[in-house]
Amino acid sequence: MRGFLRSDGRKGIRNVVVVAYLVECAHHVAREIALPLRSRGVHLIGFPGCFPNAYAARLMSRLCKHPNVGGVLLVSLGCESFDRHELSETIRNSGRPVHTLVIQESGGTAQTIAAGRAWVEQTLRQLDSTPRAPLAVQDLVIGTICGGSDATSGLTANPAVGRAVDLFLEQGATVIFEETGELIGCEQLMANRAATESLGREIVASVEKAARYYHAYGHGSFAPGNAEGGLTTIEEKSLGAYSKSGKSTIAGLIKPGDVPRRAGLYLLDVVPDGQPRFGFPNIADNAEIAELIACGSHVVLFTTGRGSVVGSAISPVIKVCANPETYRRVADDMDIDAGRILEGRGTLDELGREIVAKVLETAAGKHTASERLLHQEFLLTYKWFEPIGPDCLPTI
Amino acid sequence: MPEASLPPSDARLLQISPEDNIGVVTTASQPGVSLACGAVAVTLLDPVPAGHKVALVPIRKGEKVVKYGAPIGSATSDILPGQHVHTHNLRSDYLPTYTLSGTDRYLGRSEDAKE
Repeated sequence: MRGFLRSDGRKGIRNVVVVAYLVECAHHVAREIALPLRSRGVHLIGFPGCFPNAYAARLMSRLCKHPNVGGVLLVSLGCESFDRHELSETIRNSGRPVHTLVIQESGGTAQTIAAGRAWVEQTLRQLDSTPRAPLAVQDLVIGTICGGSDATSGLTANPAVGRAVDLFLEQGATVIFEETGELIGCEQLMANRAATESLGREIVASVEKAARYYHAYGHGSFAPGNAEGGLTTIEEKSLGAYSKSGKSTIAGLIKPGDVPRRAGLYLLDVVPDGQPRFGFPNIADNAEIAELIACGSHVVLFTTGRGSVVGSAISPVIKVCANPETYRRVADDMDIDAGRILEGRGTLDELGREIVAKVLETAAGKHTASERLLHQEFLLTYKWFEPIGPDCLPTI
Repeated sequence: MPEASLPPSDARLLQISPEDNIGVVTTASQPGVSLACGAVAVTLLDPVPAGHKVALVPIRKGEKVVKYGAPIGSATSDILPGQHVHTHNLRSDYLPTYTLSGTDRYLGRSEDAKE
């Protein structure tokens, strides 16, 4: 495998041009620039809000400097609060081509779209000469998430991903798992796997924070459909999701935008700190996928029972289907048929190895189902976090 | 976890972890049906839908129900091997489980949903 070498030493498995709108008012122009070029690796991201938010600014910066990104076009309306100068400068300092178009100063919609397409076309040609370097498993950061879960998720796809996670960690890769709000009941199990006791206490505290946050909204993440499918309690549902994390030692607890500097398994705390103030922690799966990517994930393993079809901007999404009937209905959208375990046509160990092979094939350049179908979903909302404490990243 | 040695002839019952006192039925099954997973065997006393749990051993009221090798809540009544384990006899140790009225209608057990 060969990757695209970046100035910070990280290596990308894709070399996309990002077109980023800095407020919803610039979304249309940015989308029109990117849309005709999307099959050539031009991806649309952005932040809709007009008011400043440190979390959104940090995530946009991390995403624009993600190793899978080769160049960035910023599209600003002109009067929004987002600090386009700071973002542009940090991207430029990373060695990437970057350009800012301000709609109010560029002749309006049509002229900005034309100028944007011209810049992107020229940048795509320039990216042909991006330096390449050998890419090893140790270079990879792999995110995991589940969505559209059903009773099969915790039986097939999630534990199969857990097997793959353990295999990747043995080989020195970095893996991130998440959603403390969906790990209620697993906090002690995770604390027992933490590299240090003080990290274990931080993990327990992060789950307690999630439970408080969800309580403030009046419900947890257990839906009546879960009970219909055979799940009885929140801790049972949590354990099904938790099985994605395998059995290895947990090396650290990170928050969105924290990029692990050492290999290992990390829990991503996606539930905001402080009093609930900006609404639901994660309004849809792509908000969490964007956070996993902002932490450096080259590729995201997405397990689904009901059959989610989403992909993402910037990093490929590999969909691992837990339910064999769902797989037959939407096979074109799926990468791995883990539900066949339920039909006696495979074991968790076999599926774990198949997932590893699929990740490596994807890292080598082969497109996933969602990439083939041009899924490039992206979602970034307001949030607020305190920095992680010193116990969250033990150095032993 | 023992499922790597799951006999392909009977994938209808999964015991996810050897410590588990319940199994997961992968195909909707009727009372009287005998299911086996490795060394574990059980004869169903209730109808059990796909994805639902069945007791593999006697579970006393108040005892932890164990799945994935970890507690998923406490039994609210004595449970016999072969009985369906769900909201009617298992309760979370964390948060109450909300079900829509009629959640269990396809089992013909609407009483359970009211508990």
